[in-house]
Amino acid sequence: MKRFAQLFTAIDQSTKTNTKVAALADYFEQAHDPDRLWTIALFSGRRPKRAVTTTKLREWAAEQAGIPLWLFEESYSIVGDLAETIALVLPATVTHDDKPLSDWIKSLREIYTQPEDARKDFVLKAWATLGGTERFIFNKLITGGFRVGISQKLMTRALARATDKPEAELAHRLMGNWHPDTTTWHQLVEADDASADASRPYPFYLAYGLESSPDDLGELSQWRAEWKWDGIRGQLIRRDGQYFVWSRGEELMTDRFPELARTVDFIPDGTVLDGELLVWPDGQPTPASFNTLQARIGRKTVPKKLLADAPVVLHAYDLLEWQGQDIRTRPFSERRALLEKLSAVVPAEAPLRISPQLEFSSWEALAEIRTTAREAQAEGLMLKRVDSPYLAGRKKGDWWKWKLDPLTVDAVMIYAQSGSGRRANLFTDFTFAVWDGNDLIPFTKAYSGLTDAEFRKITAWVRKNTLERFGPVRKVTPHHVFEIAFEGIQRSTRHKSGVALRFPRMLRWRQDKPIQEANSLDDLEDMLRIYG
Amino acid sequence: MTNAPVLSFTENGIYCAAGDFYIDPWRPVDRALITHGHSDHARWGMQRYLATHIALPVMRHRLGDITAEGIGYGEIRRIGDAKVSFHPAGHVPGSAQIRVEVKGEVWVASGDYKVVDDGLSDPFSPVECHSFITESTFGLPVFNWADQTTVAAEINAWWATCAANGKTAFLGAYALGKAQRLLTMLDPAIGPILTHTAIENTNRIIRDQGIALPDTILANAELDPKSHPNAIVLAPPSALGSAWSKGFGAQETAFASGWMAIRGVRRRRVGDRGFVISDHADWGGLMSAIRETGAENIYVTHGYTEVFSRYLNDSGWTAQVVPTQFEGESLDKDGTE
Ligand SMILES: [Zn+2]
Ligand SMILES: [Zn+2]
Repeated sequence: MKRFAQLFTAIDQSTKTNTKVAALADYFEQAHDPDRLWTIALFSGRRPKRAVTTTKLREWAAEQAGIPLWLFEESYSIVGDLAETIALVLPATVTHDDKPLSDWIKSLREIYTQPEDARKDFVLKAWATLGGTERFIFNKLITGGFRVGISQKLMTRALARATDKPEAELAHRLMGNWHPDTTTWHQLVEADDASADASRPYPFYLAYGLESSPDDLGELSQWRAEWKWDGIRGQLIRRDGQYFVWSRGEELMTDRFPELARTVDFIPDGTVLDGELLVWPDGQPTPASFNTLQARIGRKTVPKKLLADAPVVLHAYDLLEWQGQDIRTRPFSERRALLEKLSAVVPAEAPLRISPQLEFSSWEALAEIRTTAREAQAEGLMLKRVDSPYLAGRKKGDWWKWKLDPLTVDAVMIYAQSGSGRRANLFTDFTFAVWDGNDLIPFTKAYSGLTDAEFRKITAWVRKNTLERFGPVRKVTPHHVFEIAFEGIQRSTRHKSGVALRFPRMLRWRQDKPIQEANSLDDLEDMLRIYG
Repeated sequence: MTNAPVLSFTENGIYCAAGDFYIDPWRPVDRALITHGHSDHARWGMQRYLATHIALPVMRHRLGDITAEGIGYGEIRRIGDAKVSFHPAGHVPGSAQIRVEVKGEVWVASGDYKVVDDGLSDPFSPVECHSFITESTFGLPVFNWADQTTVAAEINAWWATCAANGKTAFLGAYALGKAQRLLTMLDPAIGPILTHTAIENTNRIIRDQGIALPDTILANAELDPKSHPNAIVLAPPSALGSAWSKGFGAQETAFASGWMAIRGVRRRRVGDRGFVISDHADWGGLMSAIRETGAENIYVTHGYTEVFSRYLNDSGWTAQVVPTQFEGESLDKDGTE
């Protein structure tokens, strides 16, 4: 565990990508097979199942630390991370039992079936024998959550450096349905014939946001445009007589979308489609809002009524595998042509459509189309170069997303709450209000969008302008106006204001505006009429 | 004024009616007793100041031409009907807890304090009292400081690695207190110790009082940054990443603060490393200080005040939160401590 803790620390305490990749590459070269296999698994979100409930862990930790449970909970709310809070409150010790990472995971998985006292015994022993970072990692393992500041992309790069294999191949090998129980380091990373299982998806190609105008992209004829849908990116895989649906978050979602089973009837074996999963009821001109789709994603089994009210359709926009061949290196125009050919035989009422390409004669004309994206229930546009290959991961150059500017309102800050974790010593969570006559009505919370310097400044101000305290929340003098940006607005009965925003964040601190100039509830109602 | 409390909490600051004076006031008053020289405690604009002999020179440096008198630790002074004395708080050189006695009732205002000996400040000495005014900057059980020697070893190991990789080590620290403490922890065998002007100014004042600090080289504009390989540079946080620091070429930056105990805070700093060290008491330190005063009434001024006073009330003390403008250990660039 010490070696893994060293790796974790090296990654965690550096802000430099190269340092992180080098530390990880060293580890992949040196560690034993089971350890490095588990490391890939953990860093790609394949974690061991939770061995003890967090309620029990909190109780045991408070007991061991000799503090009341409420004080543990308060500390947790400030630290923001359960594993870390436990590691910090327990009496200090140094690690004197250095079992390898994979052994710890093995022991952890052996206690699943044991009675509670045996599990408690195991946990208390681990806490007593593990110090510092090792204890923190153990807590992460036992709570089943493990997130580390390293992306799939960086891990693949480190693995490429350690194994001398191309990054793109490794990215593909690491996709899909494997688990340390069902494979080995050799099979996963080294074996020549990557005889992957039929469900294995391709790494998604992700676009960067276009920051300047598309004029800089060059020759107009080299580009194709589509709507950027506001659904879930997904891959539909048709192999070995079966079908699989993967989300971009690499979650297998086949069972959540039973209506897609029909696609098996007209998509030939050996086909992989990339597209957007959308709720799109028959006869409607646009898909339903993201909220409706969210209701579907939340259900592992879908009731009949929901299936009828909120039918899911795949809007395909790329073809990655055709007749069993990986065609990702072929130009987009060719892949698109094949996609169109394939879709020509699909009946109109089938839950598979092809995402239309938008006609435009100039960048100005396209910009004009973009302004109508909200009416189409889209987030903006996607621009794709006609000769672009289908790359792995987020890459600049060939694909761009050209999103709509967000909606904004000017609002008054009325409550402040201190942050946790990263921002434990700052006020970062604010509640904002708009005018309703002479009253300020709270309508949203936001906690991101300011710089650290701004958060420090507002923190000092909050300390001096607190009107009332309710636990960690402070009511402050209405004085500061912030421009709040958001992606969508919906009617909501749960909120006093009657509206709920999607992805609200602080765009700007409007120190130039007096509170009288903030927006009103009527303004929000207007937005609701137009965009809700 | 027969039944006035010994100390009360007013909008100017902590007030003693019997002696008609304030402790660490935040608005201009006639007579101010100052616990220590940090800017949230020693403010500008008082008619008269009283502070320890060791605290005064820094205050004069910061506040300019002030009317101030010095006092030794343990020396008893009568002000009006109050008996007043200053006792080591262990926070920074010259820092004091102020004991105020009126008709046999004793209150102690502790300002900022830590209970471990940093080898530089007069170590904290508990003062028995009926009512104790305490900070709670790190008043949560997640804050438990490691030994100074352990942290020193971590810092020196980091510095040695930087030196071996041909990088200059930049360590961010506030000018008064933390910087000098860190200086005494550094191992001069690794390389030369350079200091930013703001820190060197305070160093000079501290040295002039006969407090020994290791040798340092002033890193002002005239210094050739390349002339001191293997160096560590102590600088205020605001100078990290500045044009001045960039002149040193390849470098790593680190920051030393009690807040570095929290992983999230550590990661938010755009530095390479965070070392956990503070001039404020940790959880155990706060609790032992409170216990040793024997006080029944505890007033909590700044930090995690609500949680901390609730815990004290649960544990048999009579505690309450009093709002103040003291700030505890800050991560601000121009922060106070
Ligand atoms: Zn202070
Ligand atoms: Zn201080």
